Amino acid sequence: MSSVNTLDEKRFLKRTKSQWQELLTNNAIYIVIFAIIIFIIISEPSFLSGRVFKNILTQSSVRLILAFGVGGIIILQGTDLSLGRMVGFAAVVAGSLLQRPDYANRFYPDMAALPLIVPVLIVIVICSVFSGINGWVVAKFKIHPFLATMGMMITLYGILSIYFASGAPGPQPIGGFDDRYTELVIGSTLGIPNLVIFALLTSGLVWVLWNKTTFGKNMYAVGGNPEAAKVSGVNVMITTILVYVFAGVLYGVGGFLEAARIGSANNGTGFGYELDAIAACVVGGISFSGGIGKVSGAIVGVLMFTIISYGMTFIGLDMYYQYIIKGIIIVAAVALDTKKYLKKS
Amino acid sequence: MQNEYLLSIKNVCKSFAGVTVLKNVCLNIRPGTVHSLMGENGAGKSTLMKCLFGIYKQDAGEFFFQGESFNFTDPKHALENGVSMVHQELNQVTKRTISDNIWLGRYPQKGIFVDEKKMYNDTMDLFKRLNIHLDPRTRLDKLSVSQRQMVEIAKAVSYDAKIIVLDEPTSSLTAHEVSMLFDIMKVLKNEGVGIVYISHKMEEIFEVSDDVTVLRDGSHIGTERIENLTMEKIVNMMVGRDLDNRFPPKTNVPGEVHMSVKNLTTKYKPIVQNAEFELRKGEILGIAGLVGAGRTELVEALFGARTLETGEIYIDGNLIDNSNPHKAINNKFALLTEERRETGIYPVADITFNSCISNIKEYKNKFGLLDDKKMKDDTDVQIKSMRIKTPNRRERIRNLSGGNQQKVIIGRWLLTQPDILLLDEPTRGIDVGAKYEIYQLIIELAKKGKSIIVVSSEMPELLGITNRIMVMSNGRISGTVNTEETTQTEIFNLSTKYLNNNEEAEV
Repeated sequence: MSSVNTLDEKRFLKRTKSQWQELLTNNAIYIVIFAIIIFIIISEPSFLSGRVFKNILTQSSVRLILAFGVGGIIILQGTDLSLGRMVGFAAVVAGSLLQRPDYANRFYPDMAALPLIVPVLIVIVICSVFSGINGWVVAKFKIHPFLATMGMMITLYGILSIYFASGAPGPQPIGGFDDRYTELVIGSTLGIPNLVIFALLTSGLVWVLWNKTTFGKNMYAVGGNPEAAKVSGVNVMITTILVYVFAGVLYGVGGFLEAARIGSANNGTGFGYELDAIAACVVGGISFSGGIGKVSGAIVGVLMFTIISYGMTFIGLDMYYQYIIKGIIIVAAVALDTKKYLKKS
Repeated sequence: MQNEYLLSIKNVCKSFAGVTVLKNVCLNIRPGTVHSLMGENGAGKSTLMKCLFGIYKQDAGEFFFQGESFNFTDPKHALENGVSMVHQELNQVTKRTISDNIWLGRYPQKGIFVDEKKMYNDTMDLFKRLNIHLDPRTRLDKLSVSQRQMVEIAKAVSYDAKIIVLDEPTSSLTAHEVSMLFDIMKVLKNEGVGIVYISHKMEEIFEVSDDVTVLRDGSHIGTERIENLTMEKIVNMMVGRDLDNRFPPKTNVPGEVHMSVKNLTTKYKPIVQNAEFELRKGEILGIAGLVGAGRTELVEALFGARTLETGEIYIDGNLIDNSNPHKAINNKFALLTEERRETGIYPVADITFNSCISNIKEYKNKFGLLDDKKMKDDTDVQIKSMRIKTPNRRERIRNLSGGNQQKVIIGRWLLTQPDILLLDEPTRGIDVGAKYEIYQLIIELAKKGKSIIVVSSEMPELLGITNRIMVMSNGRISGTVNTEETTQTEIFNLSTKYLNNNEEAEV
């Protein structure tokens, strides 16, 4: 050991240089994103306004809640393609249960107004059951999460569409939501959008769960080295299922909020959301190699993505160019992430 | 009488698919002692430990712990009963902290939360007791291997272990770290813990052991108090002497120098350092050494599968470039890998595919498509000439026995018309009869002028079929001996030559 230390001293100057290099590589993606943001601000200085800021936070809120769900699964070395359909399912079910009593095209024409908590609980239960099935399939049959959740994604779309078509007015977008519902989701409290408050509460809850409970620690252990977790007596199966179930809870909440945020729901709602959520996690440093990821990372990832999307639209950049830039950012983020943890052999 | 021993292993037998791995092995551990378990690679040490921890179920025999018969169902079960093992390859969650790892699976709770403070304090108490100076909040990937090993030992101790098995714990430690480990072992001994110590390093055995048990070929050769033993006596117990008619006659005659390797050092760990040697035409050169000595790494480096820091390879005096396997194949090299199942066979593909895959571009016809007929013909020739036992060439390779699979893989490389064959553990997991056929094949190839390197952990095999044996120790070549003139004891001593100079080796 002593010889290594003297070597360190000799290389002191060199090391600071390589440390700089390391710092740059490790944060390259953020540097690029900040450059894009600065470019946006220069081209359109009005981007720096309270209104834009508020919009970005509001738009990030649901996405963040969903990112926490899939983030936990990514920490387990998994992924979840069924996220979008779960959100759609929750949105359609919540919407169908919470239409104004005087609305013409009601899904359930004769249903009395429900307390808000009832549909919330119903969609949470639905999503956590379906997501729990994902977890069970992955843990029990050792099916790759990509395939297991892809199957779930397709199956869910079928079930969702059958439900969607079964309402009194037939397969029509569900709208005319109860004012209490709309107010709860898109209203504000003390000037802060309620959606942002929900996102903050969820962040706090997830932080505690990931960092302060046995469940959270087991999640990181199973994701980091399933074999080590197993020989230490962690129930890998239960832990995996619970991570998926918790993701389902968040998808349910996300879907509930999303329907009211958009103002309507149909069987296509939520389509593709999984990719946004996964991309945000990856950009935020939640590693696909498993066992690594922080709440702050998910927040940063989601914010970065929303700022860029919003900003590029704000300066009038064509949608198609936006796709190109976003795609490159995702691959670059993963490449740099892999580089960080790559073991040389 | 029973309680004289903390742990008693009585007449344990175990065989896999008809191959006997353990024959009536006994082991008795007295409380407060270090009991060294010795034997060559494959002598049955780890199989015995796996039976103890319930990873394998023994065919016969019993375990007694503090006088009571028991059978553990898995390592966790053993751990909870005070029997733990620190593996050579550490199984830890490296992205988490020290205390997270130690208390994994049994975090202290405070309501619904994990009691971080208690975890921290308990870890500190544990470290104080064992005289370990680490911050429990450090992430494991920031620690050296030795520090991670200390953590693993501390974890074992935290379960109030009565028996701790240390499997080659010092293989990656420097002398200073080894002495720290021995200090911890002394603390544990004084607390009445029984330690099973598995190691190849003689000096250490004499420094720490109270008792020594030697296994050879799965048999219990003897148990002695350390004061009744000498180094020579242990080596004799370990390697035995006799070689029977397990090998075909060596009829190949080495010619002039074919390949010479100069100053070869690999870039990444595990490192091969300054390897220099020559290989003659038609020669069979053995490479001996302990697990982790760098034998596989050396042949992989020759084949371009490992990045070189420095090193030159000359064929017939001409410098060649083997910087990747593709180039090596063009330079007429072939490598038979150690892990047949992992890197050799395509299990669900048939024999034709498995035979022709490395030489596939030779089967293109004038339209650039593959010529099925030629592939079939070549495969049939291989099956016949190597006496591969199979119903036909369309059989999936996974349905063949290990020996026949190995012949297919050797055949695959022969189709590439190599001049230099690198065979890494060519007879691993193959029964005795098939081994003889593989040996015959190797000797025939050498007679045809192929130059062959055989890496093997079985000393009788090396002595039986090679012309010269090069011994590696800790990434370096510690000597090359003529097979006719050497002894197992000499090879053993060479293979441990650099084990105790780790500090030097690390620079």
